[in-house]
Amino acid sequence: MYKIVAKRELAKDINEYVIQAPLVAKNAKPGQFIILRVDKEGERVPFTICDMNKVLGTITILVQTIGASTAKLAFLGAGDSIEDFVGPLGNATDLTEYDKVMLVGGGIGGAVIYPQAKLLHRIGKSPVTVMGARNRSLLLYEEEMRNHSERFYPMTDDGSYGEKGFVTNKVKELLENEKFDAILAVGPLPMMEAVCKVSKDYEVKTIVSMNSIMVDGTGMCGCCRVTVGGKTLYACVDGPEFDGQLIDFAEAKARSKFYKDFEQDHFCRIRGTGPK
Amino acid sequence: MAVQKRNKPLEQDPIERGKNFKEVSLGFTAEVALNEAMRCLQCKTAPCISGCPVGINIPGFIKKMKEKDFGGAASVISESNLLPAICGRVCPQETQCEEKCVLNKVGSPVAIGALERFVGDYKIAQGEKAKAITKNGGKVAIIGSGPAGLTCAADCAKAGFEVTIFEAFHMPGGVLTYGIPEFRLPKSIVKNEIQGLIDLGVVIEKNVVVGRTVMLDELREEYDAVFIGTGAGLPVFLNIPGENLAGVYSANEYLTRINLMGARLDGSETPVQKGKNVVVVGAGNVAMDSARTALRMGADKVTIVYRRSRSEMPARLEEIHHAEEEGIEMMLLTNPVAVLGETKVERIKCQKMELGAPDSKGRPRPIPIQGSEFEMPCDQVIMAIGTSPNPLLSKVSPDLKMDRGIVITDEFGLTSLPNVYAGGDAATGAATVILAMSAGRRAAKTICETLFCSRCKMDQ
Ligand SMILES: Cc1cc2nc3c(=O)[nH]c(=O)nc-3n(C[C@H](O)[C@H](O)[C@H](O)COP(=O)(O)OP(=O)(O)OC[C@H]3O[C@@H](n4cnc5c(N)ncnc54)[C@H](O)[C@@H]3O)c2cc1C
Ligand SMILES: Cc1cc2nc3c(=O)[nH]c(=O)nc-3n(C[C@H](O)[C@H](O)[C@H](O)COP(=O)(O)OP(=O)(O)OC[C@H]3O[C@@H](n4cnc5c(N)ncnc54)[C@H](O)[C@@H]3O)c2cc1C
Ligand code: SF4
Ligand code: SF4
Ligand code: FES
Repeated sequence: MYKIVAKRELAKDINEYVIQAPLVAKNAKPGQFIILRVDKEGERVPFTICDMNKVLGTITILVQTIGASTAKLAFLGAGDSIEDFVGPLGNATDLTEYDKVMLVGGGIGGAVIYPQAKLLHRIGKSPVTVMGARNRSLLLYEEEMRNHSERFYPMTDDGSYGEKGFVTNKVKELLENEKFDAILAVGPLPMMEAVCKVSKDYEVKTIVSMNSIMVDGTGMCGCCRVTVGGKTLYACVDGPEFDGQLIDFAEAKARSKFYKDFEQDHFCRIRGTGPK
Repeated sequence: MAVQKRNKPLEQDPIERGKNFKEVSLGFTAEVALNEAMRCLQCKTAPCISGCPVGINIPGFIKKMKEKDFGGAASVISESNLLPAICGRVCPQETQCEEKCVLNKVGSPVAIGALERFVGDYKIAQGEKAKAITKNGGKVAIIGSGPAGLTCAADCAKAGFEVTIFEAFHMPGGVLTYGIPEFRLPKSIVKNEIQGLIDLGVVIEKNVVVGRTVMLDELREEYDAVFIGTGAGLPVFLNIPGENLAGVYSANEYLTRINLMGARLDGSETPVQKGKNVVVVGAGNVAMDSARTALRMGADKVTIVYRRSRSEMPARLEEIHHAEEEGIEMMLLTNPVAVLGETKVERIKCQKMELGAPDSKGRPRPIPIQGSEFEMPCDQVIMAIGTSPNPLLSKVSPDLKMDRGIVITDEFGLTSLPNVYAGGDAATGAATVILAMSAGRRAAKTICETLFCSRCKMDQ
């Protein structure tokens, strides 16, 4: 069992958990993820490692409640325990070789780029960060990101904070005026696809994090496969981060929606709203 | 000489069992087991033994059975096989022990597998408790908890080592747990074997992916010896168009969702698509298991597509019979060339094949017949065309010598690294439970002799 040391509600339906998992913390690096099972009936669900404390042996994850498993997790608080917690999985992404990096985060992805910002800041290459959300309350880790970025641009769909509009507006504007060596975009598939479309014209290396549906996370099921440059790769062991220009987003979107009806039914049951 | 007919174990009715996950073969009753044991001629030369990869003293254990000494029979088997209840169920007996039985010449062989299963089940029912073991002070790490890892762990623990198994999944057992379905190998049997290990003092650390959570080198520092039993879990795909459409599964994914994650049970949170018209590609045990599982998940029609002919099908004979009895269709000499659909599987396009000259393994090579393409509707495709060793661990352990993904070992199971051993599918490519088991056992013996030859004796 893995103990929840702390829990914080960052916005409606978005929780931050600090979990005791010393073995995971020991070898974890930015860009990697974990898989957890809330309880004995639970499914295996992946979450990005947002932060790690090697001394205390903890891992921080940020979870958006969207379905049955995340709803069950939301019921737990500090002091409770999670049944299974495995990681760090996937490959670490090393952005330190680039001199000028733009980080783009959308939705929950905004917080997921945090460990990269922290690392870049530490080696004196603070990134330029663009973060988007539907409204101000959904803009996550703002302070943390601001403190670790050279410049920080919040974007909201409704204009309630920062500039009104999508992250891609800002990405385009920045690329128009400055030269970047790499972009890391993390967020919903349509957002990552849109960023890639914009950055293509500027020939900037654009890395995206593929949040495919997974089972084992170790390369033994093939569920997480994505087509990258015409080749089938596994998000869990070959990724999760890939060159965004090479991704077949249409296929990725179709694959991520496959269990939608099944999941919706379960979600309603957990939340007590009954099957649709 | 008239030879008495071979006894057949009782089986669930084919139509009924297609709707449930209960074990298909009900095994022998004591009476029938005795009757079958009587058929054994107790041959002096015992050719059957040469067919068993671990050389079980087959006439020896059957003799004990004839004397109604089932406990004695269990002792004879345990000299060479730790998991009789499992091997009796899943060994391809018709190409191993039973193929060599002299009775083949005059009728059908002694049902060695079914007898072994009977003895294994008897042993479990007796609930034998582990004996206290004197520790020898050494520590062994085992990576993976499939039959190879479990066996190596058991033998090392019995020899007095402190043993820790590191398993990537949240449940131990390897393929026995996530692959082979309940209706062929009840999970209670696997659980029982694992409990036996825990009783011996073996520690199982689940949720540890060696190569990610901990590194091989870290284990080498902490333990006197390391055994790699990581299996061959990497699924192989055909690399044909449409293979990444939603609804195309690897057999590993399909079976893992259902067996390990319990997707077949009401209330499980792991989803799995309940295909109505399912195509399974391949004809090994994995394909038969996938097809028969799909049937039990409620499919109206399940078709196995295989590019060679019936006589080349690699599955156990019993599984092929069972699959056919249950109504699985076999489309032989047929090979898929594309999976078709908008975003999900809608159809599969195949091509007819004919058999040509033998390949390097002696199997006739399938050759496509020009212009024979045809399409058939389906809503789910399960690829069961093989697996290869997972490169996760080897990729981050560059000192470990490999040959096309397979860990190289010498005849004692030793790898290119000192005190690091390997066995089972990781060191051979996808093979069988009994071979994995014997590799685990061989490595344990070497570990023991190398590290503590003067201090401990293998307790078998
Ligand atoms: C490598 C990786 C890292 C991730 N990191 C985070 C993270 O840091 N924070 C976070 O909140 N989420 C993250 N996710 C997504 C997270 O795993 C899913 O939100 C979670 O599985 C949902 O589980 P659920 O049972 O609550 O919802 P479900 O009931 O499983 O799903 C609800 C809806 O989301 C869709 N869905 C299911 N799984 C995924 C998925 N993996 N990606 C996108 N949509 C999905 C379903 O089709 C359904 O429509 C990550 C996914 C991956 C693969
Ligand atoms: C569906 C199916 C049906 C089969 N039917 C039969 C049959 O009827 N008869 C027969 O004889 N054989 C059968 N086989 C083959 C047989 O199951 C295998 O040959 C055997 O299980 C191999 O044993 P193993 O111990 O080498 O590996 P596995 O059983 O594959 O176990 C390996 C274990 O290692 C773990 N692991 C892998 N990598 C790591 C890592 N890096 N860190 C930690 N843990 C790790 C895995 O999670 C797994 O638990 C079947 C296989 C399948 C898939
Ligand atoms: S272990 Fe397998 S091959 Fe050996 S005797 Fe038993 S069933 Fe036959
Ligand atoms: S070959 Fe057949 S009959 Fe002879 S000892 Fe072996 S099992 Fe018995
Ligand atoms: S999640 Fe199973 S192979 Fe990636």
